[in-house]
Amino acid sequence: MTTRTLQFKIYRYDPDKDQKPYMQDISVEVDSTDRKLLDALVKLKAVDDAIAFRRSCREGVCGSDALNINGKNGLACLTDLSSFPEGKPIVLRPLPGLPVIRDLIVDMTQFFKQYHSIKPYLINNDPPPERERLQSPEDREELDGLYECILCACCSTSCPSFWWNPDKFVGPAGLLAAYRFIADTRDQATSERLDNLEDPYRLFRCHTIMNCVDVCPKGLNPTLAIGKIKAMMVKRAI
Amino acid sequence: MAYTVRKFDAVIVGAGGAGLRAAIQLSESGYKTAVITKVFPTRSHTVAAQGGVAASLGNSEEDHWHWHMYDTVKGSDWLGDQDAIEFMCRKANECVIELEHYGMPFDRTDAGKIYQRPFGGHMSNFGEKPVRRSCAAADRTGHAMLHAMYQRNVKANTQFFVEWMALDLVRDSEGEVLGVTAMDMETGEIVVFQAKATIFATGGSGRIYYSSTNAFINTGDGLGMAARAGIPLEDMEFWQFHPTGVAGAGVLITEGVRGEGGILRNAQGERFMERYAPNAKDLASRDVVSRAMVTEINEGRGCGPNKDFVLLDITHLDPATIMKRLPGIREIAIQFAGVDCIKEPIPVVPTCHYQMGGIPTNYSGQVVVPGKRSQNEIVPGFYAAGECACASVHGANRLGTNSLLDLLVFGKSAGETAVETLKQSPKAHKDLPQGEIDRALARVNRLNTQTGGTNVHETRLDMQRTMQKHAGVFRFADLLQQGVDKIKQVEEQVRQTEIKDKSMVFNTARIEALELDNLIEVAVSTMVSAEARKESRGAHVRSDCADSAEFPDGRNDKDWLKHSLWYKEGNRLDYKSVKLTPLTVETIALKKRAY
Amino acid sequence: MSHFDRIVVGAHYGLKDWLAQRITAVVMALYSMFMGAALLSGVHGQDGWRALMSHGFVRFFTFLFIVSLCWHAWIGVRDIWMDYVKPAGIRLALHSLTAIALVGYAGWAIQVIWRL
Repeated sequence: MTTRTLQFKIYRYDPDKDQKPYMQDISVEVDSTDRKLLDALVKLKAVDDAIAFRRSCREGVCGSDALNINGKNGLACLTDLSSFPEGKPIVLRPLPGLPVIRDLIVDMTQFFKQYHSIKPYLINNDPPPERERLQSPEDREELDGLYECILCACCSTSCPSFWWNPDKFVGPAGLLAAYRFIADTRDQATSERLDNLEDPYRLFRCHTIMNCVDVCPKGLNPTLAIGKIKAMMVKRAI
Repeated sequence: MAYTVRKFDAVIVGAGGAGLRAAIQLSESGYKTAVITKVFPTRSHTVAAQGGVAASLGNSEEDHWHWHMYDTVKGSDWLGDQDAIEFMCRKANECVIELEHYGMPFDRTDAGKIYQRPFGGHMSNFGEKPVRRSCAAADRTGHAMLHAMYQRNVKANTQFFVEWMALDLVRDSEGEVLGVTAMDMETGEIVVFQAKATIFATGGSGRIYYSSTNAFINTGDGLGMAARAGIPLEDMEFWQFHPTGVAGAGVLITEGVRGEGGILRNAQGERFMERYAPNAKDLASRDVVSRAMVTEINEGRGCGPNKDFVLLDITHLDPATIMKRLPGIREIAIQFAGVDCIKEPIPVVPTCHYQMGGIPTNYSGQVVVPGKRSQNEIVPGFYAAGECACASVHGANRLGTNSLLDLLVFGKSAGETAVETLKQSPKAHKDLPQGEIDRALARVNRLNTQTGGTNVHETRLDMQRTMQKHAGVFRFADLLQQGVDKIKQVEEQVRQTEIKDKSMVFNTARIEALELDNLIEVAVSTMVSAEARKESRGAHVRSDCADSAEFPDGRNDKDWLKHSLWYKEGNRLDYKSVKLTPLTVETIALKKRAY
Repeated sequence: MSHFDRIVVGAHYGLKDWLAQRITAVVMALYSMFMGAALLSGVHGQDGWRALMSHGFVRFFTFLFIVSLCWHAWIGVRDIWMDYVKPAGIRLALHSLTAIALVGYAGWAIQVIWRL
């Protein structure tokens, strides 16, 4: 089996023993069965068990292993090792804009707080019918590109508006979720949802920078969803 | 070691499908409930389920819960308890409709109803022909379901303890369960969660195998905790190998691909399933398809330079159908197999996928163990649901889409039973037994102080390779016997694992070592139960128990129509009878399984 | 800062400002095109420009442009203060100074046009 050595520069910080964070140079042997960045990280951890990072499904649906990889946010499990240029170290940092707990693990409290703030659940006050609430295939298609979000936070933590106002700007992930419920024909709370976002910070801190679209590992487009929310607000106001 | 005690009415361990469903029940009933989870709820492995959830809604063609029940009993190779199976199949519609009301984005038929697709082993009219029973949201059903249930819990204001790892059960001398000890992963703080109802929904443990579709977190924590507290593990020899894991990567390719018309082909391009299951073909039960694939590979008809995989072909399907019904599969094929399945077939191999066995429960979600009065005495205060539990609805082999149904029905039922029991339970909590708490703390203490021990990564690999080699798709008497000795050696190694990282802050090395403590209980129980079961049934197929006139397909109903129960203490086995009497209908009589 | 430190949102003016920024941008773009066209069509020298600005329509358009520019700038500059200046007192002072300056500039510019 052919093996090769990968060079890494990894952000390290253990508040239990480190005065301040530092970048560690470290290398690891990988073989031809190691296709993804996560495979290499698992190999690294076998050598140094103190490297801390989150991971779970290793197939891009759980959203655990979002990192800043060579300056761009992405999932380690969906990043091909072959995509890295030879001879240059791979630079790994925690997601930007959130407090670091340790090494590559960030505190996502603020991110989830924003997600929760948009009431991420279906609101329908009619008595539930015996059977399913009907929805045409066309109406269901409106939810495509919205419901698939895995809450990995790649988008929100690449958004300068979120870096500046993480406590007040909902961020692309939360706004995508907000539109997912606005767009659902079964949801009856559209007006309240728009009210909830009608604020100079919550929605309108989005300046269509589109970093979110650039990094989304699921290929979703939060900017488009945000645009649709704004359009609905205009329609409502005039 | 310091710890604090927190009191709740109920504590749920695990926030996958079953845990979240139980939490909805408890939170909406107003009970103070804590949900402890190693990962943020939407990262639980339910998120990776793809193909659908079974329910005889009959949205596209006639269907009936009784047919579903027949298929499930047949799929289980008659090892499933027929009372629990009837309960599950009858509750299916209600539970799926509830999910739809929670907001789950199911695909739709032209009439606006929930879209249903065919799935392996699901037939109409008692096994006649495939039926559309799998309710699907594209090929992301688990994701859509888990998020919908998490969202419902946000609405119900459920209290989550995210990134906490449960360490051990607290069970007093009378056998009553009084809660769990758990560790905050971020700080290393230990808390005893004292509760009148403890519900385990900790999921599977497929990581005992080297090649698995399971997530890193699927480490059988609930099973390990139960086994250490003296609860037996039921039917652990039965592991489902999913026919279509991506060769090399192990990532799951849903059976829904075959439901939408996908075909398995060998190196000659032959649709070989026609020979093994002339009626259901590629949609035969999973154990049947997996064995057919391994047989093809073993007989030299595998594909690739090493002839070690077969091909899953959907190139004949309309690309629009693939993009609409199987978009996630196309992503996976491109990401992990390096092929665009619109143009090229996907290389697949059977991969460890699901644990049919688990913590023994009845259909109300209560944990039951053999006692003086009966084989199924209720353990007070203890419930289990989902993959970690064994109700037993899957018996010796689970049908696709029945896992999501299992976690819905039994998550809800465990929650309901807990609510009913809480209504009658006294206000005060029972006193905590100090010795039991010390047991959990001792495990953490050992890790903090161990020197000259074994490496967690290496030891885990040893376990995984041993399981893969000695308890795989096909099983052999001599390999199983050697396997029992080998896995016991590995167990010794696990008792001495050493971690270099001693930090209190988000110490993932310590978490992995604690997980390995749980994995090894599962691995040992699997190997020992498998070695002892001298027959072929469902997913457990032994070369020394082949098809014969006396024992068709090697199944021996005379001696082995019974559930295995493995006890950690003394590494001993016990058995209990299968419940062949359903709740209201007639017994589905034993017969040879053919698809 | 008081012990009561809660993040409060819901000021309900986000949409109006967002819309205003877009509408004022359109006005400014049209005015720029108009002036560009004037330049290309050979208007030059102070006399040329005086003649052009003597039309009531052009004066009104210029007035509209100046108001748009100030309004647009108000929202943009205020957003910058909101992003970078957290203490409420200083922020209010900066908001006020910005508003006063913009109103002042607008008045001055209008004076210049009408003096033409």
